[in-house]
Amino acid sequence: MADRNEITQEMVLEQGNVVYQRPEALAETLTHYCPGCTHGIIHRLIAEAIDELGIREKTILVAPVGCAVLIYNYFDVDAVEAAHGRAPAMATGLKRTQPDKVVLTYQGDGDLAAIGTAEILHAANRGENISVFFVNNAVYGMTSGQMAPTTLPGQVTTSTPTGRDVKVHGYPMRMAEIIAGLPGACYVARRAVYDVRTVRQARKAVMTALKTQLAGLGLSMVEFLSSCPTNWHMTPVDALTWIKDNMAPYFPLGDYKVADEVQALQ
Amino acid sequence: MARELWKGNEAIAEAAIRAGLEAYFGYPITPQTELLEYMSARMPALGRVFLQAESEVASINMVYGAASGGARAMSSSSSPGISLMQEGLSYIAGSEIPAVLVDIMRGGPGLGNIQPSQADYFQMTRSAGHGDFHPIVLAPSTVQEAVDIMYDAFPLAEKYRTIVIVAADGSLGQMMEPAEMPPMRSVLTEAERGAWAVRGAAGRPKNVITSLFLNEQELETLNLRLQEKLKTIQMNEQRWEEVETEDARYLLVAYGTVGRTCKTTLREARKQGHKVGLFRPISLWPFPTPRLRELADQVRAVLVVEMSAGQMLDDVRLAVEGRCPVEFYGRMGGVMPLPDEILEALAEVEAKVKAEVEAKVKAKVDTKVLSLNLNL
Ligand SMILES: Cc1ncc(C[n+]2csc(CCOP(=O)(O)OP(=O)(O)O)c2C)c(N)n1
Repeated sequence: MADRNEITQEMVLEQGNVVYQRPEALAETLTHYCPGCTHGIIHRLIAEAIDELGIREKTILVAPVGCAVLIYNYFDVDAVEAAHGRAPAMATGLKRTQPDKVVLTYQGDGDLAAIGTAEILHAANRGENISVFFVNNAVYGMTSGQMAPTTLPGQVTTSTPTGRDVKVHGYPMRMAEIIAGLPGACYVARRAVYDVRTVRQARKAVMTALKTQLAGLGLSMVEFLSSCPTNWHMTPVDALTWIKDNMAPYFPLGDYKVADEVQALQ
Repeated sequence: MARELWKGNEAIAEAAIRAGLEAYFGYPITPQTELLEYMSARMPALGRVFLQAESEVASINMVYGAASGGARAMSSSSSPGISLMQEGLSYIAGSEIPAVLVDIMRGGPGLGNIQPSQADYFQMTRSAGHGDFHPIVLAPSTVQEAVDIMYDAFPLAEKYRTIVIVAADGSLGQMMEPAEMPPMRSVLTEAERGAWAVRGAAGRPKNVITSLFLNEQELETLNLRLQEKLKTIQMNEQRWEEVETEDARYLLVAYGTVGRTCKTTLREARKQGHKVGLFRPISLWPFPTPRLRELADQVRAVLVVEMSAGQMLDDVRLAVEGRCPVEFYGRMGGVMPLPDEILEALAEVEAKVKAEVEAKVKAKVDTKVLSLNLNL
């Protein structure tokens, strides 16, 4: 057997033994995400699905304002950077004028569930044929951990120093459930990426969302419960456990809307 | 094509369609709504995009999205709606996307009223959003001129990759008068779209449209480039109309429908033997400063007339730079100045100038008398 150190990339490629590599839809670059943040996993899942469906050259990605603001540097697809919360409106303009393209938004919980609530609800209500990837990390990551609309009751953030008091700040918003209630939304699911099983389930949901769009059925959204070790002040592993133990009970994983036509796709 | 009777708002809509408009996004607001309603019928009939958005915030971001893809896209609104669009306008400016907006101005501040006003001048020319930028702002005074300006707005926006705002007051949006429509242009072909447009990275490196430049050197470089572009626009795109300025001693300065009202005033003043001229800026930004400065050397005084507390007045003062007195007559709250009122204001200006001249002459005489006395 050859010495492990002697195995080159070329040899592996030659033998057709590749089991894992950078998806074509991802750019070959470093990201700025904090260690343990699950944005990276979610990026990869979307990129893999784009590759698998062979749609990289017709994909247009709408970036949010939030930690994923530089997502256009990490994907090798055409992209635009929207104002905070306005990604669904920008995506609407893009998709209506280029219905043959695949238009995606990638948004945080502040972006989608606070400042951009009107834009996402109306895009969903119109059945805008776009795919929305909603990353719920229960805080405003980019601005260093203030309360988000999805911050859990009692959760300490930099703007709820004594914990979120629901009498003062209201309750965490369950966006998947809210959006699923709109007829224009065809596929709405909540997933997590805290272990292999949930990652696999998330990957399937991403595929379904994109297929929904390719079939021209209407708005598809996947909400991801995502970690923020930095602002939660936890180790990456503890952060994943926290999602499972604290977030998932309030934001149950599952499918909230699978229209019959979407069911037929699967 | 023959001249037909058109309502201002609908004429602007039809001109935009004939200019190759591919997508319209808007939200109803008086006195602009007919423009949106017209689009709602015509655009889908032509297989083009019409969408009534949930707000002006959404409309302008839909325009931003469609225009990022290289489509000729526009929105229209009236003052309170334009306020809501400022965020989007700033992003569009920062990422240098060509886009067109129509503002059919109404009375403010706040909800104000639905009567004509010109009080968005500052907002459009100075503060269309955060950051250092100016849209090109063009102000028609007749329905025909609105049609012509609208028809050219897209090529202009595309030439400089900038925002073009067609600025009219509510009366122009609502009035009916004859206008001739230009020929129909089809929407842009793939080849005609900017190479920067986001249309899927097929067989080329990806395109990214962003207004985010985290590195301060990079953002300053962008800003310097934007400023250079604005200078070029200032040099190339100044537009104005002059009426009887050759021998004018007094100069009216007014834009839009007020400019038109001033023509009536001018005719009356001339009839009464006063040498009055009119300078009507058509491009509010870039403001036609050099020509107005030349005229300021020739006249005794300038009278600025606006449907505001005096906003263009600032630009006139900057142009005149003290060469002659600059006086102001304005109405607000949706009240339109009438030709007679302007005539009266003009008479006051003349009287004031004459009184000042006389006072100066008298002062000179007095000085002479005084020095004579001293010589004794
Ligand atoms: C109009 C506007 N308001 C506020 C901000 C500041 N800001 C930037 S990111 C952000 C919060 C983002 O949080 P979220 O959407 O949850 O995404 P995350 O950073 O957690 O991924 C805020 C408030 C902004 N850029 N624009």
